Amino acid sequence: MTRALTEEAADGGPPTIDVPATPLDKIPLLLVPAMMLVSLPLIDSFPSWVTLTVAGLAMGMMIFVMASGLSLIFGLMDVLNFAHGAFITVGAYVGVTVLRPLGDWTSADSVLDNSLAVLLAMAAAGAVGGVLGWLFERIIVRPVYGQHLKQILITMGGLIVAEQLIHVIWGPDMIPLPKPTTFKGGITFGEASVEKYRLIAVGVGAVIFVAMMLVLNRTRLGLLIRAGVEDREMVEALGYRVGRVFVGVFVAGAALAGLGGTMWALYEESVRATMGAELMILIFIVVIIGGLGSVGGCFVAALMVGLASNYVGFLAPKIALGSTILLMMLVLLWRPSGLYPVAKR
Amino acid sequence: MTPAPDLPASMAAPSPLFSSPGGHDGRLEATRPALLSLSGVQTLIGPYHILHGVDFEVPERGLTMLLGRNGAGKTTTLRTVMGMWKASAGTIHYDGADITRRDTPAIARAGVGYVPESMGIFAGLTVRENLVLAARQGDIDPARLQWIFTLFPALKRFWTLPAGHLSGGQKQMLATARAIIEPKKLLLIDEPTKGLAPAIINNMIDALRELKSSTTMLVVEQNFRFAQALGDTVAVMDSGRIVHTGSMAALADDPHLQQSLLGLDLGAHQ
Repeated sequence: MTRALTEEAADGGPPTIDVPATPLDKIPLLLVPAMMLVSLPLIDSFPSWVTLTVAGLAMGMMIFVMASGLSLIFGLMDVLNFAHGAFITVGAYVGVTVLRPLGDWTSADSVLDNSLAVLLAMAAAGAVGGVLGWLFERIIVRPVYGQHLKQILITMGGLIVAEQLIHVIWGPDMIPLPKPTTFKGGITFGEASVEKYRLIAVGVGAVIFVAMMLVLNRTRLGLLIRAGVEDREMVEALGYRVGRVFVGVFVAGAALAGLGGTMWALYEESVRATMGAELMILIFIVVIIGGLGSVGGCFVAALMVGLASNYVGFLAPKIALGSTILLMMLVLLWRPSGLYPVAKR
Repeated sequence: MTPAPDLPASMAAPSPLFSSPGGHDGRLEATRPALLSLSGVQTLIGPYHILHGVDFEVPERGLTMLLGRNGAGKTTTLRTVMGMWKASAGTIHYDGADITRRDTPAIARAGVGYVPESMGIFAGLTVRENLVLAARQGDIDPARLQWIFTLFPALKRFWTLPAGHLSGGQKQMLATARAIIEPKKLLLIDEPTKGLAPAIINNMIDALRELKSSTTMLVVEQNFRFAQALGDTVAVMDSGRIVHTGSMAALADDPHLQQSLLGLDLGAHQ
């Protein structure tokens, strides 16, 4: 298979020589629709299948928002940040803190008021997550670059300390967080009912994914990040100060985790100090399945994990807890470096 | 071949000094100022003491070959110059400034290009993206890119192909092109012929011969035929020290010196 070069060469004219087409690895992309198709006859009820599929996609999108930053942080900085869950939890609590005083907006029967309240909460959660990420990188992570064992110990410690600080600031009890009025309930498609909030989560996740892919593939910053994930030393040898990019990615990753925390809190309609730590298992599974450092792989893996959790939870509830780990095992047996392994030096 | 477009016309043709392969005039080498000089450079990598006091100079313009047996410290020397490993003692002067304590980006910004032994191409990026990234000061200069295409035509053919899909020789061309996509005062190249087919090596010789008329180069090499074809001056390393410096021609003309310094079997290498 060949294709003509389309990008303009430096002499002003497009090269006309045919070259082999870039072999886009489509197989992982087919896994998500394949899972949907295979599950349809097993579930044996189209309305239930629609409900479960949308629930799985929504769950996957929210996990993607929280996991993508961790994947990039590991790919670019080689940092195993177990405290990523703390940014998620703090984001959820910040979301509650913002939404509670906005009770008039969230209880109003107005899409605009409800959306504004949620957007404010998400923005605040992202901002606080980003600031915490910046502080965390400077104080906790920077002294242990290149030392994986110390990274695990200190970031696990950071997660525990963050949980205890949350107990101190917001109290030890679970805080309920009802969805805004117009986000409650579902929409019926024929006999299938789909929760409104899940559709919103799918939309928000898709927007964030597209934005990330645009930044990574269409900007010089994205080029720098992609190159840095592959070979940091060579990027520096080209004259770039990668450390500044790293800090930016860490902050962005923490901000996304905070934003995702608010989304997840609204999904579960409650907030508790351990939610980040609990989600970290799913997030690590997603990051590993996708390929460390690959945003595209993280997206596909998150959708697969979301769908698998919902389908298996419906079909065989007893093995639901282990379904995602089983999925990871199967993927790693097939592709030991994940769906889209990033070429590392 | 056309010269690098940003260069003065006086450099359009190779200077008489470098007109024959090898330069071959030790007296003239001494008259050229040093662009890079290492003095008593020592480098430790973890517990290993690799460089034990490296002293040599790279004259401005032309190509200096850094030769030596495996493990002599050639790659470490290049990486130390680039600031990737810090010298624990000694000084490195480049273009009149002490760069011993500078970090890698600062050294690169001062006009030093580096092509590592691994080539260091970004496999997931296209050929175009590799070069766009290397053009740190903005857009690629079209005339310069055209000049690079004349040096390495394969890069134009595979402009939008991910670099990971290129052959070994094409990757080496891309790595070299990336280092010169912007004008550089000094180019450090580590084993440009490693693993390449003879036909590709001849292409590299042509390209580097063209390049050395516009850029000072320090090249680490194991292939003596390649070194002999391109080198103007030579420094030979052994056990982390410089054990010989001089003109490449003098070394090429002295089989016994080659045997003693490099352990070369001349019948096999020439």
